[in-house]
Amino acid sequence: MMPIGHYLLLSLLLLLIGAIGVITRRNVIIVLMSIELILNAVNINLVAFSRYYGDVAGQVFALFIIADAAAEAAVGLGIMIAFFRNRETVLADEMDLLKW
Amino acid sequence: MLDSIVFYFFAGVAVLSALLMVTRRNAIHSAVFLITTLLSTAGIFLQLHAEFLFIAQIILYVGGIMVLFIFVIMLVRLDVPLPQIRSPLRQWTAIFVAFVVFGEGVYIVWKSRLVPGHGLLVLNPYPSDKLPPNTENLAKSLFSFYLLPFEIASVLLLVAMIGAVVMGKKRANTP
Repeated sequence: MMPIGHYLLLSLLLLLIGAIGVITRRNVIIVLMSIELILNAVNINLVAFSRYYGDVAGQVFALFIIADAAAEAAVGLGIMIAFFRNRETVLADEMDLLKW
Repeated sequence: MLDSIVFYFFAGVAVLSALLMVTRRNAIHSAVFLITTLLSTAGIFLQLHAEFLFIAQIILYVGGIMVLFIFVIMLVRLDVPLPQIRSPLRQWTAIFVAFVVFGEGVYIVWKSRLVPGHGLLVLNPYPSDKLPPNTENLAKSLFSFYLLPFEIASVLLLVAMIGAVVMGKKRANTP
C-alpha cells in the first residue's frame, strides 16, 4: 500500500495547477474548469484519509463536494451565458463594469 | 507493488493532463484534458477502495458537469486568436508561488516522519480485508448521521437549479 503522503502531494499538485489556471487564464470558462480541478484535488485528500483511518466520513464529504461542484457549475455557467448575451465576451479582463 | 504501479500511472496521467488543461489555447481541448484528469482521479478512488465515489465521479463529473461545460463552450464565441494569458508578470508570479507552496508541502510530508507512528509516510492503512462494503457503509452513514447535511445539499441543488434558469432566461424588455 502507498504511503498517504503521496496522495497528499498529488492532491496539492493538482490544486496548485488549478490555482495557476484561475490566476492566469483570461477565458472565464477555463477559469471555471480550473475551479472544478481544485475541488477534485480536495476530494483525493478526503478519500485518502478516509481509506487510511477506515472511516467513511471522508467519502460522505467528498460526495457533498461533488454536489457543490455541480451547483457551482450550473450557476457559474448560467452567469456566463447571461453575461455573454449582454457584452459579447468571455474574457475576464473585459468584465470591468464595477471597476473604475 | 501492483498498487503503487496503478497509483503512479493514474497520478502521472492526472498531473500531465491537468498541466495541458491549463496551458491549451483552445477551450474544447482544455475540456477534454480536464475529462482525462477526472477519469484518472476516478481510478485513484477505485485504488483507494471507494467504489461508490468512483462511479459517482464518472457519472456526475464526466457525464454531467463536463457535458454542461462543453455545451456552453459551443454556445459562446471564444476569441481563440487573442492572447489567452492575462499578463506575463502575473503568470510568472503564479508559477513561482505554486513552486514555493509545493516545496513547503514536500517539506511538511518529509518532516512528519518525526511524529512517532503517525507520520504521513509511515502511517499504516486500515487493513483492506476488514473494510465494510463501501456503498452500504456510505449509505448508512449518509442517511443516519449526515441526514441533515444531505437534505441541505438537496436544497442547495434546488436553489442552484432555479438560479441557473433565472440567469439563462431572456429578459423581455432588454433589446
